[in-house]
Amino acid sequence: SFHLRSLVEQVKLLDRFSNRSTTGTLHLTATHLIFVESGTSSSSAQEVWILHHHISSVEKLSLTTSGCPLLIQCRNFRVVHFVVPRERDCHDLYSSLLRLLRPVSFDELYAFSYNPKQNDQQREEGWQLIDLSAEFERMGVPCDQWHWTDVNREYKVCDSYPRDLYVPVAASKPIIVGSSKFRSKGRFPALTYFYQEKKAAVCRCSQPLSGFSARCLEDEHMLQAISKANPNSRYIYVMDTRPKLNALANRAAGKGYENEDNYSNIRFQFVGIENIHVMRASLQKLLEVVGARALSVTDYLLGLESSGWLRHIKAIVDAAIFLSKAVTAEGASVLVHCSDGWDRTAQVCSLGALLMDPYYRTLKGFMVLIEKDWISFGHKFADRCDQLDGDPKEVSPIFTQFLDCVWQLSEQFPQAFQFSEWFLIQIHEHVHSCQFGNFLCNSQRQREELQLREKTYSLWSFLLSEQHNYENPLYSAALAERNPVLEPSTQPCHFKFWTNMYHQYDRTMHPRQSLLKHLLAVRESSCALEKTAHELEAVGARDLSVLLHVVVSLSSCCPQMDPPEPLPSLPCPLLGEGLPARSDGERTVEGSSATENSYAELQGPFGAKAEPHLVSLEFGVARMTC
Amino acid sequence: MEFAELIKTPRVDGVVLHRPFMPTVEGTLCLTGHHLILSSRQDNTEELWLLHSNIDYIEKRFVGSLGTIIVKCKDLRIIQLDIPGMEECLNIASSIEALSTLDSVSLMYPFFYRPMFEVVEDGWNMFLPEEAFKEIETLTDEWRLSSVNKDFGVCPTYPQLVAVPKAVDDDTLRKVATFRHGGRFPVLSYYHKKNGMVMMRAGQPLTGTNGRRCKEDEKLINATLRPGKRGYIIDTRAINVAQQAKARGGGFEQEASYPQWRRIHKAIERYNILQESLIKLVEACNDQSQSMDRWLSKLEASNWQTHVKEIVTTACLAAQCIDREGASVLVHGTEGTDSTLQVTSLAQIILDPCCRTMRGFQSLVEREWLQAGHPFQQRCAQSAYSNSKARLEAPVFLLFLDCVWQVLRQFPCSFQFNEHFLVLLFEHAYASQFGTFLGNNAAERLKLKLPQKTVSLWSWVNRPQEMERFLNPLYEPNNLVIWPSVAPQSLLLWEGVFLRWNRSSKCLDEAYDEMVHIIEYNKELQSKVNALRRQLAQLETGDGLLETP
Repeated sequence: SFHLRSLVEQVKLLDRFSNRSTTGTLHLTATHLIFVESGTSSSSAQEVWILHHHISSVEKLSLTTSGCPLLIQCRNFRVVHFVVPRERDCHDLYSSLLRLLRPVSFDELYAFSYNPKQNDQQREEGWQLIDLSAEFERMGVPCDQWHWTDVNREYKVCDSYPRDLYVPVAASKPIIVGSSKFRSKGRFPALTYFYQEKKAAVCRCSQPLSGFSARCLEDEHMLQAISKANPNSRYIYVMDTRPKLNALANRAAGKGYENEDNYSNIRFQFVGIENIHVMRASLQKLLEVVGARALSVTDYLLGLESSGWLRHIKAIVDAAIFLSKAVTAEGASVLVHCSDGWDRTAQVCSLGALLMDPYYRTLKGFMVLIEKDWISFGHKFADRCDQLDGDPKEVSPIFTQFLDCVWQLSEQFPQAFQFSEWFLIQIHEHVHSCQFGNFLCNSQRQREELQLREKTYSLWSFLLSEQHNYENPLYSAALAERNPVLEPSTQPCHFKFWTNMYHQYDRTMHPRQSLLKHLLAVRESSCALEKTAHELEAVGARDLSVLLHVVVSLSSCCPQMDPPEPLPSLPCPLLGEGLPARSDGERTVEGSSATENSYAELQGPFGAKAEPHLVSLEFGVARMTC
Repeated sequence: MEFAELIKTPRVDGVVLHRPFMPTVEGTLCLTGHHLILSSRQDNTEELWLLHSNIDYIEKRFVGSLGTIIVKCKDLRIIQLDIPGMEECLNIASSIEALSTLDSVSLMYPFFYRPMFEVVEDGWNMFLPEEAFKEIETLTDEWRLSSVNKDFGVCPTYPQLVAVPKAVDDDTLRKVATFRHGGRFPVLSYYHKKNGMVMMRAGQPLTGTNGRRCKEDEKLINATLRPGKRGYIIDTRAINVAQQAKARGGGFEQEASYPQWRRIHKAIERYNILQESLIKLVEACNDQSQSMDRWLSKLEASNWQTHVKEIVTTACLAAQCIDREGASVLVHGTEGTDSTLQVTSLAQIILDPCCRTMRGFQSLVEREWLQAGHPFQQRCAQSAYSNSKARLEAPVFLLFLDCVWQVLRQFPCSFQFNEHFLVLLFEHAYASQFGTFLGNNAAERLKLKLPQKTVSLWSWVNRPQEMERFLNPLYEPNNLVIWPSVAPQSLLLWEGVFLRWNRSSKCLDEAYDEMVHIIEYNKELQSKVNALRRQLAQLETGDGLLETP
């Protein structure tokens, strides 16, 4: 057992971008680090809840006159800066946190202690919500050319693949097994999306172990079978999502890419998405740039450029567009791979399907898509998201990039998605929170071994239970029917920095009134009004006592959109019980004040007046407490 | 002069028009004195009416006998006309060139335009200085309207009536005018109801290298301070630029002479630099390269977003001095007709909820830009495609609109007007059938007899059927001061202007319509429920039983 310093008083919380600070008490619990502002009424006190799993690094900075600074960076892009008065306390906090944020085994993760007060049946129902075999049925699989195979039922052919896989009818088990032996980590070509209209398939795999000259007849047969399964096209595309140079380098290690001479009728294509190490460095650089105080436009734009982040985002979107065009316009089947086929391949396959199929742009469909292309096909969430104390070189924001790409598309097509960015941000939050079982571990096999379905809860049922928070009020299903395939612009000027993701906790950066929040409120009000109108009409000419009752009850339930009430500033559907109400003190529009924006420090003869008390609306916190 | 002399070929058949994100149209091209018209003549929908004054630059290309004219417009659109016949093409091109660069203002379209609508409220009389001052009079008696500039003799770029401290007489004003650039003595720009603080604007003081003083100037601006209070002077130039101005007879207020004032320098660029910035930005936006790095570095090199940030920050600073520090403010740069107005007008948007209404914003543009003497005609003579070496042209007003858009984006429910209105003002400042933005100042407008001879933009825009398009469906009056974020992450490229022509607007337009629909539907339901409630209440009291709603 280690020493746990559970309560430290008189701690200062410094604002990241201004000179403001709040004083309060730090509490350390088994799951959270909690800061509660002191000196104000409990209803308006600022609270900051940080889940230990969200912490990516804790740094003790050198001692200052006011105390010992502790800098905490989180995976959800929150950065908090505490100053602890006594060095001893700071050290205790620091070492406790270090121990807490590096669990060594999965059963230490929050998901195993998290209890939303559901019974076993509700839990089971939550897990049954997403059914991938139903999803393949929706696509029209099995069919005459594609069928289910039990070749991987013991995870013997490929331990990072799911049990249930779909392959061409013409690919016999020996061919599959042979092909898997010629592919990195045994990840043979398997179906991930079927475009029924043109009978074109999207398959995924890892790189072939071709080296400089090796070939494998079973693998060649496998690709032939995929090609033959599509009567509409003579050829298939093989998309290697890596830069050509990386693929060439792999040949020296006995891996590599398909030799067009050995495979009949393939069209081979590199698309040049960088590897996990480049992506990790890119995000790190990006966060450094946008985390700077008093950032100039020049430093911002040059930093954005040199981080390469938007260039990578564009490369992924470009690849997805290539895939979508090949399938929908040419009717060709496509085989996608990278090195191991669980990072770039997952990005491109899922984003491509999102462009082709409006179903994936619904709330439920998006969950299915993530479950299929990311979770079941073995994107290594545990490694990439650093769930356990692992190899830092394995950590990479591959899934974050996918969400970023989806957001870019939603900006170009405001009516195409049933969900809003809050949904994406909330998913991102929980990919790292380890509060639900969905994203734990690296593969389906590991998840089964840990009996996650029995011991943890599913995020999806939780998200669906508060679906109204995540809906995009502008979504049009009719539009999706008219234009099912999205054709986004690939011009660089249409790719933007996603402020609400990377600055989700930096309130001063956000629009001060949220359009999305406003529209959701209006829509909710309309629903209530519809009901009210209906009731009022139904009552019609009934007797007076009934009327009186209705009038009295309606006056209390009918929402009014009072104009003078400014809207809360944060895009925060997650505010729940236990969070501070807004203060009644003097205020400008919510969260908008002159000094926190640092237009200029007006010192000298005129001492700056105290700002009105600011209320903190923390994002994502309420859910941690349930 | 007859326009006919300039039109060498009035009509060409078989011309093909290419426009961004629209199907090509083949039809007849006609040139009139003020318009370039292309009509397919098959159905009336496929027509292009382009004001010659909207044309910024044209390029000619020839392939065999097929000529192509690329027309680059001041609203940043680029269209292409394929014209069969080399001679026709050359004639059309030279005619367009001549017609789009007419020297005489009185030949401009507004003098020929006859409205197809009835003018209900004449825009020329909507925002008279005496009307605007009436409201201030009800709040304070410390200010008066002076007619010292009745004949534009004291300051050629000021209107005939200006608001000045009551304690200062006209003789003093005349003396102060000789000490300020262009005669632009300090005048009232804004009165902050909440605490009685004021914002004034002026031209730079002419201190020169010997540090010349003007007692009357000191008296005038001190007269605006409450006893024991101090104020801020916001100089929109960087300190070194202001220092250099001394050598040319200009300068800034020395602490010794103005002990009750604290001077703050901000660096808003001058107009010729802004023009270059616009040219670079538009070039970057039109670049067809797929390289992200190239786009970001070009965007950065244009410096446009830096200018936006600088202006918003300075306006916020002025507002902060007035609202948070409870101090009065004097704003000036060099002439007091460009960056000064950007700051004073934007500060009012932040401070004063009235300026965020449709009419209030028009009044602001009228007061702080047109009457305040921003030289629209000089600044908006050319836009981003001109390759005449920038002289007096500059997107000063466009930058202001961009800044307003930034604030509007951050406070989407606090403005009565929408983005379309800002885009409309941009278009009309550069080319218009209305006389509002003609001339450089009140004196010129009077001389040109604009109110008699042309129609005001406001007369048109305020007709209910037009205004509807420019109203923000999300608007809920908000009496608070709105402090925008000035972090680079919070300031976006104004796509509605700069990327308007290189994307299809269909998706965004449809989304906007859907938003309007959601809000309209809610309003309908609310009035329906209210009506039903009234009905029930009447039933309840018994006396409504026989009435029908």
